[in-house]
Amino acid sequence: MRTLEQTTQEVLSLAAQHFQLAAGTLAPEDDFFKKLGIDSLQTLEMLSRIENHFGIELPDYEVQGVSDFKTLAERIQSRL
Amino acid sequence: MLDLSKYQSIGEALKDSLEEFANEVCLIEADREREKERLTFRDFKERAHPLAKALQESGFSAGDRASIIMTNQSKWLITAYAIFFSGGVLVPLDYKLTPEEHWQLLKHSGASVLVTEYPIWRQLSAAEGRAIAANVRTVLVTEAPANADLAGARRWEEFCGESEPVFAPRERKDTACIVYSSGTGGRPKGCMMTHENYLEQCVALTSLYPFWPGVRYLSILPTNHAIDFMVGFFGPFTCGATVVHLRTLRPEYVREAFPKYKITYVSLVPLVLKNLQKGLQARFDGLPAGKRRIFDALVAINKALTKTRPRPWISSRLLKQVHEAFGGELRTIIVGGAFTEPQTLQFFYDLGIPVANGYGLTEAGTAITVNDLKPFRADTVGRPLPGMEVRIVNPAADGVGEVSVRSKTVMAGYLNDPELTAEVIVGGWLMTGDLGRFDEAGHLQLSGRKKNMIVTEEGKNIYPEDIEAAFESLPVKEFCVFAANYIWPKRSMVGEKLVLALHPEQGQQFNDQLRQDINTRNNRLLNYKRIHGVILLDEDFPRTASLKIKRNVLAERLAKLDSEAAILPL
Repeated sequence: MRTLEQTTQEVLSLAAQHFQLAAGTLAPEDDFFKKLGIDSLQTLEMLSRIENHFGIELPDYEVQGVSDFKTLAERIQSRL
Repeated sequence: MLDLSKYQSIGEALKDSLEEFANEVCLIEADREREKERLTFRDFKERAHPLAKALQESGFSAGDRASIIMTNQSKWLITAYAIFFSGGVLVPLDYKLTPEEHWQLLKHSGASVLVTEYPIWRQLSAAEGRAIAANVRTVLVTEAPANADLAGARRWEEFCGESEPVFAPRERKDTACIVYSSGTGGRPKGCMMTHENYLEQCVALTSLYPFWPGVRYLSILPTNHAIDFMVGFFGPFTCGATVVHLRTLRPEYVREAFPKYKITYVSLVPLVLKNLQKGLQARFDGLPAGKRRIFDALVAINKALTKTRPRPWISSRLLKQVHEAFGGELRTIIVGGAFTEPQTLQFFYDLGIPVANGYGLTEAGTAITVNDLKPFRADTVGRPLPGMEVRIVNPAADGVGEVSVRSKTVMAGYLNDPELTAEVIVGGWLMTGDLGRFDEAGHLQLSGRKKNMIVTEEGKNIYPEDIEAAFESLPVKEFCVFAANYIWPKRSMVGEKLVLALHPEQGQQFNDQLRQDINTRNNRLLNYKRIHGVILLDEDFPRTASLKIKRNVLAERLAKLDSEAAILPL
């Protein structure tokens, strides 16, 4: 079982890969809309990649209003 | 289609639809690749009537208000029908608002019943705002886990009456829905839409874009939105057509839904349409050189053949692979909620996929103008719908002035706000606050806004007053939020931004600490509500006798500044 810290790091790494950024560019507290300059649709695309990686399903309502990696990692952790 | 001129209310028309089309499929609900349920109009009635009976037994009666806060799904429509059947007034709220915003609007609407989903209720019931809306006496929650703490709510699935409910007739002039066009933080704008508004709009829209049994509409826009309520519920139901709901809006599942369910119509906001365009363009760009040349030639032939009108049969054969990706049955993409750039509309039309671009606002009842495709025009928002009188008020030399509308589809007014109603409905004409002109062909071309607001590409109306609460007690002398276009008008409907005008205390600098404070507050707002930059003004803001900021006068003062240099980034 992953720890929350491990989950967070994996989320950051997946997001960096998805948007072709260097590893370590993103931090847990980063607001992904602002930091990545993405819209809600691009966020949904990123989530699909994250779901595949963790082998879980995150219903849309679970990520409604989430805008930072830390909270996103917590929502993922609760479903692992 | 039912002859809607014979009906007095939404509930009466829907009631007859359920009998008329009893064996047709009215709803399909899917979650990712799994189809969850498929209901005929008969099944729909069997689900809705016990709910209507239970509502009536709980004391809910004609004229009472009930709110729905749900993502798009079968239960949304079943609940709405039970409310209309019982003569109730529906208050559909955007599920994406925050719990505090929901409670404010629930209080303002006077709703006695709330129907919501368990994950939303979990947040709503924990929010402090719950205390302000004591008017909400009955809460029904869907899909709650077996051992869930319902915090005073009841399970929707178990809220069933045993005998037949009694139909409550309403008149055309009665309020059918209270739809909030904005006002979550400041002055709520609850548009009172009458039964006549919906009946008339449905006739007008279906005359251009008809539904019939076998048509399948993919419902993606939230159903609380005027467009989806009309073309994703009332329109298809009164014509015996099918509505397809997806429980997740991940792009890959939306794409799969088109061929899987042979979708006929879909409504999208400009942001999603542009995303589709981007995806298709990337695929075209990835074609080997030879195939690309053939493809470009086919697009050119299609353009030539569809110059005067769409020819779906020819287009779908010429550009077979593109059309098959959309299921092969797609007749039209309806786009609304915000302004769409002409090149995006042209892109799809050239592929033989007409996009019904239009213009409307909640206050006018869904749509005012729609492109009738006779011929297709990417540079306008089309001609007025049947029954709409549209005129340009105080036009300038180039014909541009404020768009105003008179029609049976215009709202009765704003709930509990006669003052605001009198400002926007003048002598029977709805003043839209949008600027435009008519061209020689009678098409409306929009060119900017007169009002202090922005509309995002996701179709969200943002009024600056509504987000000022986020900056309350900011350590400055005074502040005010504006739409940048309101200060520096420009002839554009895209790229609109919000700015924060600040008057610092004497000697106060716009330093990192203040910037950080603004950023922290800004980040608490939903992404599309955030301010883009700050304007500093070293003078007292003009105020009324009751000390309210005179926004128009302040905007005039700010307008004297150079917009490029005045907006400081955050």
